[in-house]
Amino acid sequence: MKLTKLMTSVAVAAGLFAGPVAADDMRIALVVKALGIGFFEAAAKGAEEAAAEIGGVEIIYTGPTDTTAEGQIEVLNALIAQKVDAIAVSSNDTDALVPTLKKAMDRGITVVSWDSGVAPDGRQAHLNPSSNALIGNMIIKMAADNLPDGGEVAVLSATTTSTNQNIWIEEMTKVLPNYAGIEVVATVYGDDLADKSYREATGLMQSHPDLDAIIAPTSVGIVAAAQAVADAGKIGEVNVTGLGLPSEMAGAIESGASKSFAIWNPIDLGYSATMLAHQLATEAATAEPGAEISIGRMGTITLDDTNSAAMADPFVYDSSNIDAFKDIF
Amino acid sequence: MKLLKSREAILFGAIVVLTTLIATRFPAFVAPDNLVAVFTDTAPLMILAMGQMVVILTRCIDLSVAANLALTGMVCAMINVAFPGLPVPVIIAVALVMGAFLGAINGILVWKLGIPPIVVTLGTMTIFRGVIFLLTEGKWINAHEMSESFTAVPRAEIFGMPILGWIGVVVAIIMVVVMARTTLGRAIYAVGGNPHAAVYTGINVGRTQFVAFVISGMLAGLTGYLWIARYAVAYVDIAGGFELDVVAACVIGGVSIAGGAGTVIGTLLGALFLGVVKNALPVIDISPFWQLAISGAAIIIAVAFNAQSGRSKGRVILKSAEHAQ
Repeated sequence: MKLTKLMTSVAVAAGLFAGPVAADDMRIALVVKALGIGFFEAAAKGAEEAAAEIGGVEIIYTGPTDTTAEGQIEVLNALIAQKVDAIAVSSNDTDALVPTLKKAMDRGITVVSWDSGVAPDGRQAHLNPSSNALIGNMIIKMAADNLPDGGEVAVLSATTTSTNQNIWIEEMTKVLPNYAGIEVVATVYGDDLADKSYREATGLMQSHPDLDAIIAPTSVGIVAAAQAVADAGKIGEVNVTGLGLPSEMAGAIESGASKSFAIWNPIDLGYSATMLAHQLATEAATAEPGAEISIGRMGTITLDDTNSAAMADPFVYDSSNIDAFKDIF
Repeated sequence: MKLLKSREAILFGAIVVLTTLIATRFPAFVAPDNLVAVFTDTAPLMILAMGQMVVILTRCIDLSVAANLALTGMVCAMINVAFPGLPVPVIIAVALVMGAFLGAINGILVWKLGIPPIVVTLGTMTIFRGVIFLLTEGKWINAHEMSESFTAVPRAEIFGMPILGWIGVVVAIIMVVVMARTTLGRAIYAVGGNPHAAVYTGINVGRTQFVAFVISGMLAGLTGYLWIARYAVAYVDIAGGFELDVVAACVIGGVSIAGGAGTVIGTLLGALFLGVVKNALPVIDISPFWQLAISGAAIIIAVAFNAQSGRSKGRVILKSAEHAQ
């Protein structure tokens, strides 16, 4: 604990000293849930990329050493004292950070949240990695892309009551008519348990011998389904796709049980959050419902009623890029 | 003995009827290949249920088996990641020893401190899960990090059945011999049947319960490796809630929750009954919303049936007094 405190102080002090050197630069702080997490390290990489593209922007990548709201408040206070120009935060608590972030905004600091949001009072805009509609479309698109002549697909979800999965499946069903020849033959539930998901996937292959793809929009399900396909000797016949993490899916991509799957790309997310913060801080854009804000190579986002926006389609991972990402998150 | 025999016959009959019913809806279910697959899929449940049976026979219960499985499995996976060259038999030995050690913790608390087993194992259940979190910080160990032989052993086939299934068979044979032919086995029945009488025959009740927990833990540890290798993934919540399936398998198999009564064969059939239900539900095309209700109903019916056939009829010794009431 002492060491943690010491490290935080050192980091803050280093930040303070770094300040005056680059006085002319715009300084954007990327505050993450905790330091040392691959996902956020990758986001920082994206932020640096955005900074280099904009020019004259310095990124201060910081966060607490453990995922607590208290730790983030400490870090945020230090940043306010440094008078940074903008703060982009992935919060550990929706509400706990609001007073501190309000203080920051009172001092003229631009505040945006990304990845994990802050209540609308505590930020000017929020950037979601994706939207339910985009996810719903992506999971069926990945299955359809490998089935030019159409085919049978089945959905392996989490529990019957999982809100996220149910919304994604609903969104998927809406866009299903856009994919000619693709037929969803069953929706089964693996309850996010490895053994039940495995059994359900095995059952799908038995009851639908012509099954071409299993869509699992859950990280436990997709891994279990890939294992079930491999054990049934159906690699190449049944393609497993959906939402998963590169570190967890690397084996399935390698074996060929899964041709592709999707999840956010942390690099793009860090890049976009920085772009958004920069746009608002330079007053090139205003944070108001309906505003269209350009975020560099990621295109344009539109803020909704709560000033939040979806960045892009989930990013597709396949054999061409899995190695670069499997150690990141 | 005759009664017990008939109980197992009834359960076996129920499994046959169930399988036939499933076959009318989905004929491929009774293909020999699939039956072997169902047996193999049920092997982890069988192994755990046999350990649980021993514990329940001594009037205790072990709710920490699934957590023990997860912790031991995670440790095996971590060892495999750190030393990919370590042969699998060594890892299995580690799993057995570590599982037995975790079981011994339960056993010591029950034996020496006299804490009720349900409290002890509820506690260790959460502690074991917590330890996994401390070891891994919630991270997963994934298929590509495990060595090829680590995941290949349980699925390697001998005479058409994966090793996982054979391990279930071997454990069952050992347990049948231990329960029926050794002093320990008879002591376990004695302790559960009548602890006071057991003390008079020179059996140490606490020590026997301790040994029961060690056996249960050891089998949970073994299953830990098998589970992780089969599903090729290890994380904190692996086999979450599985302890309830294990207890259910014992109860369906005719093991008396009051201790002292139950057989290895009955337990195996109980596990197999649940295994058939679990494997059949995904293929007979029943709404998932009904599946939970069906598995629950199957358990209650089986237990009610057992309770009915197991009820010993009270003998009226004072006829006149009965009429007087």
